[in-house]
Amino acid sequence: MSVAYDEPEVGELLAPVPSENYLNCSHGFWSWAATVDHKRISIMYLVSVLSAFLLGGILALMIRMELWTPGRTIMDHDTYNHTFTLHGAVMTFLFIIPSIPAALGNFLLPVMIGAKDVAFPRMNLGSYYLWLGGALFLLAAIVLGGLDTGWTFYTPYSTTTNSSVITASMGVFILGFSSIFTGLNFIVTMHTMRPPWMTWFKLPLFLWAIYATSIIQVLATPVLGITLMLLIAERALGIGIFDPKLGGDPVLFQHFFWFYSHPAVYIMILPAMGVISELIAVFSRKPIFGYRFIAYSSLAIALLGFLVWGHHMFTSGQSRISAIVFSALTFTVSIPSAIKVFNWLATMYRGSILLVTPMCYALSFIFLFTIGGLTGLFLGALAVDVHLHDTYFVVAHFHYVMMGGTLVAFLGGLFYWWPKMTGRMYSETWGRIGCLGVFVAFNLTFFPQFIMGSRGMPRRYYNYPPQFQFYHQMSTVGSFLLGLSLCVVAGVLIHSLLRGRKAPANPWGAATLEWQTSSPPPLYNFDTDPVEVDPYDLESQVFDPLLGGYRLREFPARNHPDHDLASEPARV
Amino acid sequence: MAHNTITTSDEQAHADGHPHVMPLSVLLPTFAALIALTVITVSASKLSIGAAEIWVAMGIATIKATLVALYFMHLRYDKPFNALLILFSLVFAAIFVGMALVDSQAYQPEISAYDLQQPK
Amino acid sequence: MTHTPVHPAPAAQPDQHGHAEEHHHSPFLAHHFESSEQQFDSGKLGMWLFLVTEIMFFSGLFCAYAVYRSSHPEIFIYAHKFLDTNLGAINTVVLLVSSLTMALAVRAAQMSQRKALIINLILTLICAGGFLGIKYVEYSHKWHAGLLWAGQFHPDFSHLEGAHQEHGEPASAESSHGHTESSHDTTDPSAPRNAGIFFSIYFCLTGLHGIHILAGMGAIIWILVRSIRGDFSADYYGPVDFVGLYWHLVDLVWIYLFPLLYLIH
Repeated sequence: MSVAYDEPEVGELLAPVPSENYLNCSHGFWSWAATVDHKRISIMYLVSVLSAFLLGGILALMIRMELWTPGRTIMDHDTYNHTFTLHGAVMTFLFIIPSIPAALGNFLLPVMIGAKDVAFPRMNLGSYYLWLGGALFLLAAIVLGGLDTGWTFYTPYSTTTNSSVITASMGVFILGFSSIFTGLNFIVTMHTMRPPWMTWFKLPLFLWAIYATSIIQVLATPVLGITLMLLIAERALGIGIFDPKLGGDPVLFQHFFWFYSHPAVYIMILPAMGVISELIAVFSRKPIFGYRFIAYSSLAIALLGFLVWGHHMFTSGQSRISAIVFSALTFTVSIPSAIKVFNWLATMYRGSILLVTPMCYALSFIFLFTIGGLTGLFLGALAVDVHLHDTYFVVAHFHYVMMGGTLVAFLGGLFYWWPKMTGRMYSETWGRIGCLGVFVAFNLTFFPQFIMGSRGMPRRYYNYPPQFQFYHQMSTVGSFLLGLSLCVVAGVLIHSLLRGRKAPANPWGAATLEWQTSSPPPLYNFDTDPVEVDPYDLESQVFDPLLGGYRLREFPARNHPDHDLASEPARV
Repeated sequence: MAHNTITTSDEQAHADGHPHVMPLSVLLPTFAALIALTVITVSASKLSIGAAEIWVAMGIATIKATLVALYFMHLRYDKPFNALLILFSLVFAAIFVGMALVDSQAYQPEISAYDLQQPK
Repeated sequence: MTHTPVHPAPAAQPDQHGHAEEHHHSPFLAHHFESSEQQFDSGKLGMWLFLVTEIMFFSGLFCAYAVYRSSHPEIFIYAHKFLDTNLGAINTVVLLVSSLTMALAVRAAQMSQRKALIINLILTLICAGGFLGIKYVEYSHKWHAGLLWAGQFHPDFSHLEGAHQEHGEPASAESSHGHTESSHDTTDPSAPRNAGIFFSIYFCLTGLHGIHILAGMGAIIWILVRSIRGDFSADYYGPVDFVGLYWHLVDLVWIYLFPLLYLIH
């Protein structure tokens, strides 16, 4: 059959595309467990990080449940210490850090640059198994005595507690190497695998964000590795570097830890910003405003992020001079973040905004991230921080950034790229309901915590005075509603997998390269080499009712379900 | 850990498929210089030059490291980006060590004052 | 763990790339690369990035060193006397020789000289083994003398008459091992507070470095096996080059460790 646009049978064209894709090209356990295909690895990551998110979420609900009343509600104080530590460790190291880069980035990076795979496919699989190994160690720590140090492992408590710090540290050490190898792989891929026409300024902004993230992963994560090695040596052998009894210095541990862990919060938020840059441009139907500013601000955040770690240590014995320097530097890092927010808003200005599910998440992100970012400035101011340090204000601040920011962007990105990854559309109505639920419940959960914190409710406490009970209960109700909303979100996605309509190659009219290949893509990503298009030239796409989606204006044969039969020869 | 970004037009050496082969006339003198510098640093450590000693030792070590990076690791003939990477990592390592050092120096008097109160 | 160097997937699905076979392809070209140059450049950039992570990894220990040396110089001046400068210097030379042979090995691979490649790799391995042997001598001496990290720092000065020669030759402490009368006290009143912290840093730095030597030996053995198999030539020598870079970095770290630990005055 030749390509004939004048005699279409719509049903025929939208019938299941017979072509092979990465999901059905091979079968069986080993075709997944031993795959080096970046798309399958990304799916394995996706399932794994979502499982970790479920575990961390259950722990979060246990925490909120316990805080329903002052004193004991469902667990004793020791169990409570274990629960919040594991919630933090699981969410940070197993979920947020790998979420967008390893699950979405892994899928998209090679496709967005028109490559067949990442530069080191086997190392990519190795990273996944390191993640799995690290996760097993963390789970082992839960089973063998738990962990009650807080996710920050501060000495001297972490060297004296009898919970399983060594096992947990080993787990985080291994997870760190997983993260390093992912970042290394991505940097090399972006340097060496682009087609000649794709210069740095023709990269989608998502990739700039991933690149900046990878730089942090490569530069900062090794320091976490050595810190945890020293912590393990401290506990196992008593090397004394962090132990004041032997002449060591516990404040030095905090320098070591935060040299990694502050940049690490940018590992968590930068990819989210990249996702939002894509969503805002596509669903405002406008080229992104200030492309270069957004691109450079990603790098600026990555680099400035290394200079501010001391703002975690204002009240922990750090010297006055460093506190002043770190506080001043902290304010500089807010500039590139603000540049991004203003450019997103400018992109939306006079755009024709499409309130589809991913865009709803993007708007939620801007709202929540702005609150999270601005409250960060309060905490970066020395005098204010003395009052707010280690209160629920800090808890609310980083949940607004990490959950309101990264998780919401992750969900937005997941809905946006879901058709590409799975080949299925989802229910737009229920998708939006889920998003609304997440947004409302999130604010109900965490906004009261700002109030509690500013009134002096310290974090990590199992008990509290009765005047905080109202806010705690509001927060607990919010958290359960949040859990419910996330169940709706999960339901939408599962329903899409089972019953979803077949997705066209380009349902959104986006111009980045991943939409030029079929949904889901074939094993080597493109049956024909992708065409040069500016990533934000949305005019290059035109809606084709026969496809149920968009296609390139200039190349009508592309994206056609039967394009294999067209005159273009298949490459693979 | 070389402190340099020297690059030459040889960076394209690989593009045309001919690797840059380091001649023996470069490798062997480099090695001789490394051995000589080792002897110098050991002898210098036996002189009493006080506080400057650590800087002399570090200076000699840095010259040695630069030689290894430039000639043994081909950095001089490699893509400039690779040299930039190493420079970058050194800058960040310096920020890390430097800031931690400045801070611990600044609060050290408080620790010493506390230590003096303790029985030895 | 996981300190084996990165390498481009060799020999993996060499038949998977394109129908257009106009030019000759190495059997080691992985399916997702367009050309051997692209594969080589990727591997090289990956290796340099890995070295960046190694530098950051070691920087933590250098940071600990800098902080304690600046706040407690007396500990370092006291404790370094228990290190043998001669053994340290010999080890420096041994590693420099191994770096030279590694560079010669890369050169041989680039010139398709299989025999020279194999010989140089074996020489490098011998030097690495020699380095670890000397390190073992130093470690076992400290073990017997109780000169361990802070938590286990119980110096037995009956082993160490040199320790009392406050202004003596720095090297004398260890060279006296084995023929000392046990007539001295087992405590040293001149020892500064918390002297053990020096040995904590010493063992962390040299121990981590030693682990890197071991990993490097593993990588060199892997390269050696492949050289004997005849994998490498002027067309394909990436893995030799990458392992070489790693090995030179291990040498670089030692170039700094030697003056920092052994040459304190």
